[in-house]
Amino acid sequence: MELSSLTIESARSAVQERRTTAAALVEQYYAKIEKHDPAIGAYLTLCKDRALAKAAEIDALAAKGEPLPPLGGVPVAIKDVMVTRGVRSTAGSKILGNYIPPYDCTAVARLEAAGAVVLGKVNCDEFAMGSSNENSAWHPVHNPRDLSRVPGGSSGGSAAAVAADLAVAALGSDTGGSIRQPASFCGVVGLMPTYGRVSRYGLIAFASSLDHIGPLTKTVKDAAIVLGVIAGRDPMDSTSADAPVPDYVAELEKPVRGLRIGVANEYFAEGLDGEVRSTIEAAIQKLAQLGCEIVPISLPHTRYAIPVYYIIATAEASTNLARFDGVRYGHRAADARTLAEMYRRTRDQGFGAEVKRRIMLGTYVLSAGYYDAYYLKAQKVRTLVARDFEQAFQEVDAIVTPTCPTPAFKLGEKVDDPLAMYLADIYTVTADLAGIPGISVPCGETKENLPIGLQILGKHFDESTVLRVANAFEQAAQGA
Amino acid sequence: MKVSEKDVAYVAELANLELTEQERGRMLRDLNSILDYMDRLKEVDTASVEPMAQVARGQNLAAAGREDVLEGLRKSLPHELAVADAPQSDGTFFKVPKVIER
Repeated sequence: MELSSLTIESARSAVQERRTTAAALVEQYYAKIEKHDPAIGAYLTLCKDRALAKAAEIDALAAKGEPLPPLGGVPVAIKDVMVTRGVRSTAGSKILGNYIPPYDCTAVARLEAAGAVVLGKVNCDEFAMGSSNENSAWHPVHNPRDLSRVPGGSSGGSAAAVAADLAVAALGSDTGGSIRQPASFCGVVGLMPTYGRVSRYGLIAFASSLDHIGPLTKTVKDAAIVLGVIAGRDPMDSTSADAPVPDYVAELEKPVRGLRIGVANEYFAEGLDGEVRSTIEAAIQKLAQLGCEIVPISLPHTRYAIPVYYIIATAEASTNLARFDGVRYGHRAADARTLAEMYRRTRDQGFGAEVKRRIMLGTYVLSAGYYDAYYLKAQKVRTLVARDFEQAFQEVDAIVTPTCPTPAFKLGEKVDDPLAMYLADIYTVTADLAGIPGISVPCGETKENLPIGLQILGKHFDESTVLRVANAFEQAAQGA
Repeated sequence: MKVSEKDVAYVAELANLELTEQERGRMLRDLNSILDYMDRLKEVDTASVEPMAQVARGQNLAAAGREDVLEGLRKSLPHELAVADAPQSDGTFFKVPKVIER
């Protein structure tokens, strides 16, 4: 099989029609990972036994001529912030370096129940905190399109694995842009569903009011297929919505003619790279040619999104990460004499610099005397950011923006300046704050052949329209 | 300077971190730079704005409730599995350094 041409649909039908077997596909992907991943660094842990067992199950179905489930025999990669029973799950952190979870993340279990073959766990920024994947405690990930550049983050391993054909599709998580930004940097599709659309049970928590699980894929249709499988109420996650799950693939076929697409000038302000701007403007023209009506809108609180995000996200992280104390799982400092000393040394040794920075910032903004000025203020401005979108969506069906202000930057370029790194999320954090869905779809390249992503945002639980616009754009761009 | 060296030490203690001398210096610089940027929130009049307390929309939150029955969601983890990942365990309990000095 030529792996670069495989999509979920074509991989599944190749196994269904016995042109290959799921087991042979697994072996082919592992061979490619062995050859190419040392230069990229996408994978942290491979789970060959689990993959081959699943592949055998699928091959037995295919041999009997029975119809395969929607991801039957399709090799996938899972971001290491999702726990996998019996397979090391580190969240990119030394503090979980030896953690073997006793249960499966719901999204992973649903993918496997739909026939997907999990090849392994992929790299990410430690606890999903980062925009370049350089905060992984293990090793950085290199962008397959240019190895001197970052793949984006925090789902950098997921994006790189899909872009380099080291998996057909991957799961990532998005708290401030961690699916869409790496998708944009690596030239793949990345979908963040509505808050509550996909269960977070088994997702190692970063910021609970912002965390989402979603797919990174080669095509919009593949993203629709994965979403249809992982979405829906899960009794194990009380924040998962019991809203009905539409047939996202069928919805793709609906026409986009007549849809009203908002364009906000706040997303074309200072800091936007010139080549990114002209490519996004051309993409908007293409949507107009497809019959969409382009409507100027305003999202006036956009410039406050980064400070709001980094207050709320770090505040929640400081409480969520309090559980890593060396008692029940993970690393424990060896030489502590008292319990308090054991906690402190365990966390000092186990957490990396960015995680400590965020725990400190989050603890500070929640501490007595600063709570009102920072945390409460941020929650109020978050209301205004969400209200901007509510008002805009009274006028339009979807909003398009650049996914990122720049293409992929060089490794090392921003590591010494945390604020510059935070600003890489400037166009993506808003959707996390409002809880609305968003996708990044490739829309062109710079002169240096670096991918550029178009972001499409939609109303709560209206992934169908987001996917439909993305699919129409993708089809038109391929035809051009 | 919003944050002083003393603040860094105090917040580290609240967060159960020790931090080396070098880490504290870096933290002082980074926290001040980030908090300076966050000052732009002061521009926004929020006198009549409610803080956002709920991200979920259009959901039946009542569905989040359930009957309180034994093993209502799934079987609890077997005991040996629950302690299997512990750095130190006697097979029944988690073991930690002595808490009470006497």
